Amino acid sequence: MTNELNLLSLATGIFVGGAAGYIGSFMVLRRMSLVGDALSHVALPGLAIALLFNINPFIGAFSFLFVATLSIWVMEQKTTLPIDTIFGVFFTASLAIGILITPEAELLEALFGDITKITPIEAAVAIILSIVIIAATRAISKNELLGIISNDLAISEGVNISKTNLAYLMLVALIVALGIKAVGTILTGALVIIPAASAKNIASNFRDYSFYSLLFGSLSAVIGIIVVQQTGLSSGPVVILSSVAIFILSLIFKKE
Amino acid sequence: MNDKILETKDLSVTLEGRQVIQDISLSIERNTILAIIGPNGAGKSVLLRTLLGLVPHSGEVKWQKGVKIGYVPQKVSIEKDFPLSVIEFLKLKKNADGVEDALQNTGLKGHQILHRQISDLSGGELQRVLIAWAIIGNPDILLFDEPLTGIDIGGEETIYHLLGKLKKERGTTIILVSHDISVVYKYADTVLCLNKKQICLGKPNEVINKDTEKKLYSELEGFYKHDHEHHK
Repeated sequence: MTNELNLLSLATGIFVGGAAGYIGSFMVLRRMSLVGDALSHVALPGLAIALLFNINPFIGAFSFLFVATLSIWVMEQKTTLPIDTIFGVFFTASLAIGILITPEAELLEALFGDITKITPIEAAVAIILSIVIIAATRAISKNELLGIISNDLAISEGVNISKTNLAYLMLVALIVALGIKAVGTILTGALVIIPAASAKNIASNFRDYSFYSLLFGSLSAVIGIIVVQQTGLSSGPVVILSSVAIFILSLIFKKE
Repeated sequence: MNDKILETKDLSVTLEGRQVIQDISLSIERNTILAIIGPNGAGKSVLLRTLLGLVPHSGEVKWQKGVKIGYVPQKVSIEKDFPLSVIEFLKLKKNADGVEDALQNTGLKGHQILHRQISDLSGGELQRVLIAWAIIGNPDILLFDEPLTGIDIGGEETIYHLLGKLKKERGTTIILVSHDISVVYKYADTVLCLNKKQICLGKPNEVINKDTEKKLYSELEGFYKHDHEHHK
């Protein structure tokens, strides 16, 4: 393993992890912790089809995510059905189909990711998109936060809740598509949720909370990648276990 | 004086096939307090939200031109450990210019409360913060939805005292939802008794009597003498 690869994956990890943590901070507050999980499952068939037809896997994954996100949003608008039930069925079905059609040689990587195999171009795209995600999330953060606190308050302030939600969900879809390369389909949800959950343990205001979410996301990726380079273990699970370790530490330092 | 800030005509709301409020026609003049009373499920909160344009309805809601409205919802979903300080919350307001002024009016200024976590506040403190939120930018009218639980009696009285003060000092018109009839006698200029339909409307002393009370709270005999802490 060369130093160049090492730096590439570290840089990608810092940005993708940070963006995932930051956007996850709203997910945790919205009690949508499992949506990231569900979404990453739906990406798998897209990934598989892309592999089969020799298209860039990121594009395959993102187009499926785009459609899935749009349907979540429409369902949120139009139905009063219990949305977790629809999620549960729809998204596990996607996972099952994805596993069936993913070429076997690629299956493990699709499921668990491998950030150490990232190419310079992939790294550049991932870093740029991560910066875009962070900036866009920040731009809608006030409206998003107000909507979480009270729909009525937000609407009476002139916030367009459904547009804000759609923008937010699209950003989530984008980070999930990026996260799949880093930690794989099964664990992307964790990359989004665990840093924010850790941050929530120790922050008492929003500025600290979003900062720690971003920091812990980056840190999990960095620690994970360093451990992988020393041990040769599979990167996805190690990155996630690093974030779990941070979570446990945050519990110890949990504010009263 | 004919300075009507709000008028409604035959206002009705149907939610999921169920009629929630029916044919509400009222008007409110500037610098007065209108109290809406009625049992749980009478449609009080829905009526407030309808006036704000948050609920689809039939009939008319007519606000005076250019009126600025402040709204204090019944509850906000701030769960335990929600990482947001009081000042950060207030700065979420679109035009957060009058924050200092609003805080002064609610008696929160100078307190360490600004940097406390909003989820750590007591019910009464949170209520004050929400009122501060609502009066930022000096609205002409304040719509106040009383919380169902979580406010001690002392705190509650201070909140109504505060609303009375806002009316006096800022000339704010106030519509408040209450299930506490003593509040109505003490602070309201006008009362609307609501139980899906409009059961009474007028000065509290004139329109609240055994008869309206019976229609309003048929299941709760002698409500108006009831200790408000214990009724549901």
